[in-house]
Amino acid sequence: MEGMAGQKSSLVWAVNIAAFLLVLLWTIPTLGLLVSSFRDRDQILTSGWWQSFSAQEATGFVRTGTGDDAVQEDGLYVIEGTVLEEGQSLIGWGTRAREPAAFAPGDTTEIEDGWQLTVAADGTYRLTSPTPFEMRRGERIFVTTGAPARLTTENYNRVLTAEGLGRAFMNTLTVTIPATVIPILIAAFAAYALAWMEFPGRAILTAAVVGLLVVPLQVALIPLLRLHNDLGIGKGYLGIWLAHTGFGLPLAIYLLRNYMAGLPREVIESARVDGATEFQIFRKIILPLSFPALASFAIFQFLWVWNDLLVATVFLGNTREQLVMTGVLRELMGSKGGEWEILATSAFISIAVPLLVFFAMQKYLVRGLLAGSVKGG
Amino acid sequence: MELFWLAVSTIAIGVFGCVAWFWGSNWVLDRIYPPRGPDAGDNIRKANQIRPWLFLGPAILFLGVYLVYPIFDSLWRSVHNARGTEFVGGSNYAWLMGDGKFRESMRNNLVWLLVVPALSTLFGLIAAQLTDRLKWGNIGKSLIFMPMAISFVGAGVIWKFIYEYREPGEAQIGLLNAIVQALGGGPQLWLTLIPWNNFFLMVVLVWIQTGFAMVILSAALRGIPEETIEAAILDGASPWQVFFRIKVPQIMGTIAVVWTTITIVVLKVFDIVFVMTNGQWGTQVLANLMYDWMFRGTPDYGRGSAIAIILMLLVTPIMIWNMLNVRREVR
Repeated sequence: MEGMAGQKSSLVWAVNIAAFLLVLLWTIPTLGLLVSSFRDRDQILTSGWWQSFSAQEATGFVRTGTGDDAVQEDGLYVIEGTVLEEGQSLIGWGTRAREPAAFAPGDTTEIEDGWQLTVAADGTYRLTSPTPFEMRRGERIFVTTGAPARLTTENYNRVLTAEGLGRAFMNTLTVTIPATVIPILIAAFAAYALAWMEFPGRAILTAAVVGLLVVPLQVALIPLLRLHNDLGIGKGYLGIWLAHTGFGLPLAIYLLRNYMAGLPREVIESARVDGATEFQIFRKIILPLSFPALASFAIFQFLWVWNDLLVATVFLGNTREQLVMTGVLRELMGSKGGEWEILATSAFISIAVPLLVFFAMQKYLVRGLLAGSVKGG
Repeated sequence: MELFWLAVSTIAIGVFGCVAWFWGSNWVLDRIYPPRGPDAGDNIRKANQIRPWLFLGPAILFLGVYLVYPIFDSLWRSVHNARGTEFVGGSNYAWLMGDGKFRESMRNNLVWLLVVPALSTLFGLIAAQLTDRLKWGNIGKSLIFMPMAISFVGAGVIWKFIYEYREPGEAQIGLLNAIVQALGGGPQLWLTLIPWNNFFLMVVLVWIQTGFAMVILSAALRGIPEETIEAAILDGASPWQVFFRIKVPQIMGTIAVVWTTITIVVLKVFDIVFVMTNGQWGTQVLANLMYDWMFRGTPDYGRGSAIAIILMLLVTPIMIWNMLNVRREVR
């Protein structure tokens, strides 16, 4: 805000901090998912993702050996062993479930009838008794352990193979690419006609395209499903490509028409005077010049088709082999609602490609938005 | 692998088909009315009358079949019974008016309609103003804009994780409950907390749409002539006054466009509710209710279509407003 007179530096600070908080607020949800997708499955369930880089505290219990494991030492019966697993450290221990950290490492306690239990800091325990042990099952020692934070890519391996997300990824790609390319071609010709050809009904057609921009998809679902069945297309890729092409066209035509109408008149007029046919003008002049608008729409359509759930559910079918990624994700939310390592990882895989496209092509996306802010998604 | 070839061949056929149509039909037209010879002038005139329709043909066909025809077909189905075999007049609509779930959906849609566009536009405006002249403003903008690229389903997972619930006293893994617990409150099952759960769903859409509002409004803010702002500052206006009295009134038109655009998104909101609560606990909305009648249990196309037509009616005012604006522009 350097151009402003009467600018106070405290205000600059306030603006910086407020903006930072806002950005933080908008980023944290996605960040949480990203971090969680790399966490160990047990750790996700026992601590918040914001603690993923600090040591993880956990409680549990181990059983001591039984009477058979006891050895005699100086007139005492002794059972020895360890309560820790590889990589864990002992924070505290206890003999009752309610107090898993009643004693510090190294403490000794008496359980019953002269039984003495000691758990050392390295996790080894020593249970002694003046009389022979007669229990069949070992005594329980409750322990509070610390484990180093574990970050892994295991979740990704599992989700891509076992949960069928790899297949869904291919399905999504198969749906998305033709559904992005084909409307562009059809729309480009139509947009050129609307922008640069004189014919009766042009204004009405343009207005109609704008009107169709906001038609709710829901209106089209039942009739088109019936139509596809009657035509023998049924449920499948062909149907969904056609549907996405139809639904994407209004925005495509609208964006491209706006852009093409803004191209310099002289270029087109002089080409006409030179005897170029409309087709040549379109191919050699309009198409190359309209690249930014074509890119804008391509990104919109790509994001929209990739992220769509409704059209895919209705037109593609719901068997395991047919699901796109949003469909799998939705199914996982129902069946594996508590298994956050799977959900987080799957969700992140499904949003990774759109995010890449978004960050790589943001310029065109913004341009497209500014050109066509009548559209409603 | 076969999938891959299927996709590749579709693109090839699609692209080739389109090109063949446009090129071929133009070629035929030029054969019939050659733009040379004795009648060249007359031929060119005739050809130019037909040519636009060759260019527009495929688009009109698609728009007609995939968007216009369905509106009329839905209208027809909405006055017929479940399988479309019998005319039932307005009884589907009459049933809707009396249905508790439909009323709940209408009420919820109305609240969504008030809350989401308002908050998205407000946050978008704040974000645009705050980041506009910061050194790191563009990075900040990117990050606020980012949720636009995330699917509603993905956003559903992200936010469900934030709302995750554990018994009081346990380590909370959901961010919201962790904060509540750290502040001494009791953790809640946010998504079943009637009626507030609706707002927790709306948050997701606000999160997604704010970036859109910000991008458009930020461009509009930059378009405000500097002189008006400088004049206000010379007259002793405070930064708040400059923003609310000078800047905001000048971009009212853009705010209206942003508002209506988000309104349309809100009316059609489906995925978020579908994956997060599926309309349970008083969170039903029209689009999800319609899906229920279309695909759950025994489909009732009559009632489903009636709900679709209601949705269509709700967007119609915006549709007409947009069309009038564009017709003014084109002329």
